[in-house]
Amino acid sequence: MSERATSTYPDSTEESTDEKPTRRPVTNGAQSVVRALENAGVKHLFGVQGGAIMPVYDALYDSEMTHVTMAHEQSASHAADAYGIVSGTPGVCLATSGPGATNLVTGIADANMDSDPMIALTGQVPSGMVGSDAFQETDTTGVTAPITKANYFASDTDTVGDMVGEAFAMAASGRQGPTLVDLPKDITNAPTDREPGPGRTPSTYNPRTDPDPEEVSAAATALAGAKKPVILAGGGVIKANATEQLREFAIEHEIPVVTTMPAVGAFPEDHPLSMEMAGMHGTGYANMAITHCDVMLAVGTRFDDRLTGGIDTFAPEAEIIHIDIDPAEVSKNIFADYPVIGDAGTALTRLYDAMAHEPDADEWRERCQTWKDEYPMDYQTPEDEPLKPQFVVEAFDAVTDDDTIVTTGVGQHQMWAVQYWTFKEPRTWVSSHGLGTMGYGLPAAIGARLAARDDQTIISFEGDGSFLMTLQELSVAVRDNMDITVAVLNNKYIGMVRQWQDAFFEGRHSASEYGWCPEFDKLAEAFGAKGFRVDEYDEVADTIEAALAYDGPSVIDFHIDPGANVYPMVASGAANGLFALSEDQL
Amino acid sequence: MTQGLQGPRPEERPHPEGRRNAQGKRIDPVQEAEQESRRATVSALVKHEPGVLSLVSGLFSRRQFNIESLTVGPTTVDGHARITLVVEETDAGIDQIKKQLAKLKPSIAVGELSSDAVRAELVLLKVQGHEPDKVHAITQMYEGQTLDAGPRTITVQITGDQRKIDDAVDAFRQFGIIEIARTGQTALARGDTPTTPGESPAASAESTASETQDSSNTHQ
Ligand SMILES: Cc1ncc(C[n+]2csc(CCOP(=O)(O)OP(=O)(O)O)c2C)c(N)n1
Repeated sequence: MSERATSTYPDSTEESTDEKPTRRPVTNGAQSVVRALENAGVKHLFGVQGGAIMPVYDALYDSEMTHVTMAHEQSASHAADAYGIVSGTPGVCLATSGPGATNLVTGIADANMDSDPMIALTGQVPSGMVGSDAFQETDTTGVTAPITKANYFASDTDTVGDMVGEAFAMAASGRQGPTLVDLPKDITNAPTDREPGPGRTPSTYNPRTDPDPEEVSAAATALAGAKKPVILAGGGVIKANATEQLREFAIEHEIPVVTTMPAVGAFPEDHPLSMEMAGMHGTGYANMAITHCDVMLAVGTRFDDRLTGGIDTFAPEAEIIHIDIDPAEVSKNIFADYPVIGDAGTALTRLYDAMAHEPDADEWRERCQTWKDEYPMDYQTPEDEPLKPQFVVEAFDAVTDDDTIVTTGVGQHQMWAVQYWTFKEPRTWVSSHGLGTMGYGLPAAIGARLAARDDQTIISFEGDGSFLMTLQELSVAVRDNMDITVAVLNNKYIGMVRQWQDAFFEGRHSASEYGWCPEFDKLAEAFGAKGFRVDEYDEVADTIEAALAYDGPSVIDFHIDPGANVYPMVASGAANGLFALSEDQL
Repeated sequence: MTQGLQGPRPEERPHPEGRRNAQGKRIDPVQEAEQESRRATVSALVKHEPGVLSLVSGLFSRRQFNIESLTVGPTTVDGHARITLVVEETDAGIDQIKKQLAKLKPSIAVGELSSDAVRAELVLLKVQGHEPDKVHAITQMYEGQTLDAGPRTITVQITGDQRKIDDAVDAFRQFGIIEIARTGQTALARGDTPTTPGESPAASAESTASETQDSSNTHQ
């Protein structure tokens, strides 16, 4: 164990709300903010101190919630985001006004794109100075309006706690997402004895959870009549806790399942009906299945362009049934022939009940299996060549159990992780999908670590470029002795960019060589974590074992083949069925 | 040692013939009809909180919706306001605008007005004052009012639907228009039809357009 590892977190099972000592009465705005979070059941918060947020931190001093001080606010928002993904309830991050708030922005935008439940609390200059360009003032609600589900500017000390309760409830309900409350210092400092009430969503917010029966029966008829049905599971399946309903539906009706990237883990990837992930770097068989299906049951997906490729060629002959709790997602990018507005789990159950019979699709299922044989996921492993990243991912997968949580940065390593790890459980794949944020992996691992059970292993696959962006958070992992293993797939390039330069820019490697990266194993040691370096195939298994056995944060710097590329690949805007298996097919 | 990715090359694979249009709708690839845009009037009943207008205008600019005009003003209910938007979009775009508007936190109900709705716009025109009699005649022709008349300028007010306003502006051009201010269109549904779904006569926040069961307003 690291010598610097001093503090540990109280075991969450020890904290029972009933046995809490009687709470002190609220005496100011900041205390009512903290009380609202306690009422919402918050256990952990991620943030960084600062002038305008100091009253809230002062109130936290007396709270039993655990505040995790991060090295950078961007990491606080990523950690909160990952906490929300793994736990299913909003992760909380805090920052001071101005630079603190703007540093949170990337993580808020990331959570917004992926509909992750999260709440951000930002300090603000005193109300009387707002608008004067005061020291550390930023128009935080203005900056974050486009990237939050809802945001709030607190202007009343008596109701600030209720506002935080409402923001928390908003983040968690309907289509989840990030919310923000901006807290001027005079509002949090001013006296009040008002205890916040239970957190409620505003009266104008009433998502429909139970779908219209007519919509359901029309969809059921279409699906039952399909000859080539496919289920496209989106991240909403996991968000809605509808994994069980999805699995039952697919298995009972024997419909092949394709997932989007945020939905990885919603359906076990080793199940015969699983076609795995579709889209730009999806499997060949998933892309064949969505290209040739005649009815697509899409659940909780926003049809991102990395999934659809060109709109004109996306599932071009399929009738689309689209289940979503957000009506605005239906027919936004892909027209829905059969919209079903409602909660994913409820809608799937209703649809299940409304199906007169299962689709007659023996031939289609066989064809899907043939595609799996025709386009197997594989990679070259000549033993005398530099290490292949896919081999590293598979080696980790082989020695860890199904509950292991994988987080990633963004780039080739992220794609290898999703392609070569066999995901079986929801909330075990934690990545930045819609925004594609480099630097997400390590702070996400920290958030995931605190949300996960102690017996769950946490592995972060990083690229050298991604890791460099937030690796200062190793200090946090060391400080709190968090058991996290970081696997850097180090190709000395920002590899995904290098891959595109090779394919589309005549190999002109403008600003993509990262040969100047530090030695990550030594850097890890400097932080007080355990460091390893691997160059050869025969070192892989033993080093992984040693790193996983180490109680605390460890970093393995895998020096991989710098020329390794991610395939299959659908070129941007191309037809999914035209996926390339190598560069010469692009 | 294994081999890397295998399988038929892209051109050797079967490819379906179907196609979708820019709105993601399946189409007959032979008669590929793109959707035409149309002009629509959308009415949104919102909570009159600080920032609501910037929320709405921000939504329009970042989603690249084509907005013609936007008017806003209080209703009979304290703390409520009505925003009237004229937009020029495809059917799919208009549908998306309504849904995105409904998602905003302060938004209570959103509706699209039918073609027979009552619409009006107000314009103030300041023209050269050399021919006061002629200006007066045109003002009367358009049932307008003279608000200010001096030796050098005359300012008139005209109200009416967009066509009438456009015509009036054209007619005043002969005098030399110095300045112009148009409010943009505002509108209400005709007769008994509520302007936004669920809306009924009300004077308090409790009894206006139902904030809880309006199906067109299932925000996310
Ligand atoms: C914050 C941020 N900046 C830039 C990018 C653009 N980008 C996408 S992938 C990539 C390369 C990532 O390199 P690395 O983390 O080393 O991973 P690799 O692709 O080599 O596995 C870059 C620069 C991004 N996604 N995020």
